[in-house]
Amino acid sequence: MSSDNALPIHIGGLTKKYGDLYALDSVDLDIKSGEFLTLLGPSGSGKTTLLMAIAGFNRPDSGSIRFDNQEMILTPPHRREVGMVFQSYALFPHMSVAENIAFPLKLRKVSAAETNQRVEEALHTVQLDGLGSRNIDQLSGGQRQRVALARAFVFRPRILLMDEPLSALDKKLRERMQIELKQLHRQLGVTTVYVTHDQREALTMSDRIAVINHGRLAQVDTPTSIYNRPANAFVADFIGESTMLPLEHRPDHQLTFGDQFVATVPDDNPDSQWLLVIRPERLLVADDSQGNTAAAITFGGIVKEAVFQGDSAFVLIAIDNADDIAVRFSTGSASAMANLQAGDAIAVGLLKDDIIIIPREAG
Amino acid sequence: MRWWNKPASDTQITHGKRLWLYIVATIIMLLLVIPTFIVIPMSFSNSQYLEFPPEVWSTRWYEEYFGSAKWMRATVVSLKIGVLTMLVATPLGTMAAYALFVSGHRAARAVFVLLITPMIVPVILIAIGTFYAYGRMGLNNTITGLVLAHTALATPLVMIVITAALRSYDLNQERVARSLGATRLQAFFAITLPQIRFSVITCALLSFLTSFDEVIVAIFVSGGTTATLTKHMFSALRDFIDPTIAAISTIMVLVSTVLLLITQRIGANGKTER
Repeated sequence: MSSDNALPIHIGGLTKKYGDLYALDSVDLDIKSGEFLTLLGPSGSGKTTLLMAIAGFNRPDSGSIRFDNQEMILTPPHRREVGMVFQSYALFPHMSVAENIAFPLKLRKVSAAETNQRVEEALHTVQLDGLGSRNIDQLSGGQRQRVALARAFVFRPRILLMDEPLSALDKKLRERMQIELKQLHRQLGVTTVYVTHDQREALTMSDRIAVINHGRLAQVDTPTSIYNRPANAFVADFIGESTMLPLEHRPDHQLTFGDQFVATVPDDNPDSQWLLVIRPERLLVADDSQGNTAAAITFGGIVKEAVFQGDSAFVLIAIDNADDIAVRFSTGSASAMANLQAGDAIAVGLLKDDIIIIPREAG
Repeated sequence: MRWWNKPASDTQITHGKRLWLYIVATIIMLLLVIPTFIVIPMSFSNSQYLEFPPEVWSTRWYEEYFGSAKWMRATVVSLKIGVLTMLVATPLGTMAAYALFVSGHRAARAVFVLLITPMIVPVILIAIGTFYAYGRMGLNNTITGLVLAHTALATPLVMIVITAALRSYDLNQERVARSLGATRLQAFFAITLPQIRFSVITCALLSFLTSFDEVIVAIFVSGGTTATLTKHMFSALRDFIDPTIAAISTIMVLVSTVLLLITQRIGANGKTER
């Protein structure tokens, strides 16, 4: 990723209030040059507000947005040099595909010959060669998406913003476009901020994910870290499936579940209440009969529900004194799941490295 | 199967069972239209007085109209005021509708209602108010005064039509244009305006008609050399019954009908092109 194609974005103390409601509450975020960063959050979390603030369509009440070292807060959208793709594509229906893509070049007074050449290149990049003369209403949803993309990068912006660009596509096309977008990002090397509420999409595409909730950043990290080391209950719950069990905090700073040791409270952490986060697919069958379990902690219980879901099987286990634990097993013929039925006794366990603890939030 | 036994719609109601509805609808349409069209045969009469049906047919009253300097001057005044009203009300109403639509301001709704009050308030009140206000400002019997008054009447129509057009338009297109480097003004003219152009043309024709057909305000604030065609017709009817009125009415009905048909066609085109 060459840095001359991309700009870093520095966001500091960004706050935006609508009435009494904080859409953005003192957000600090550094987006690296050339990075693919996803803003992930439920609807109303403030992710679109943040994107629109970067684009210049809403003015925050306070805080700073810098592209590299330049403060942008007071710069109008048309002078920010930011490519943007909307959920609705917002293609211009009174213009052909080529005219749509040429629009930003025309505004920049690029010569006709160069415009043609760059439109052709952009069409080639998004695999729409030869479709330049088409009308917008002759295109499929996926093709429209590509035109919107081409239009957003044809003028070589150093920042690209996307607001749920794939949510209108069907599942198969969406998954293919995710891969294509990722490849395109690698090819262009441009700093990309992507908004989605789909956690799987965020995990698939991002260099880093910024999880946002109630106008605050809940966690900013790589997909692996976000999934394997969620910082709080919101992130653990919003990304992936999980069961959360309360732990007992012993005076010697040890956290236990029943009488099993789980972890030691991290140094100088003031939180007193902790939860154990269990990812369903990380649980193994702990085979008590042969006593060869490698699990650091085990949970014995009764199968409450066993559901076959094709690529995996979902099992709900009722254990004493706690919520049911959700388990996901692969469905191969060697699977421990093969003959599991409701009412069977079962013991499952977690390896030491799969143990996740998070502080329990107040309220 | 006879036509009256065929279903009239997706329901199983037949045309026969709907016969009463067709009859009522036809009567209503006739009642609406006949008073307007009765003037057409009357205008081709040879008589000194308005009569129906005419005993002798002639185009004498058309010759009278086209030959009269007084009528011709009034027609020019009406056309001039109509065109000027169109030129002022269309951009003004479009700008107001756009601004109020785009602005999320909580007063926007109230301002919108305020601006369309000329449509709700009885025109006679507007006419009286305008007359007194113009009296102080010296605007009575001026083209400027009439154009301003008619603009106030036409602007609400423009605002309502343009607001409806903007509702079916994706404002994100303008946002995209701005992110691609267009100023707000460039984005409006290059992206938004071309897509609501049919509505804008419709508004222009409606504004012209609003002014061209208007009589109440014209009676109060126009006179002498700036008297409109409608005002002259009204005075003529009051002073002496003259079939010239019928001839002029026929021409006005024709103009209005043609313009309305054009706006209908434009509206239909606008829908298919979007």
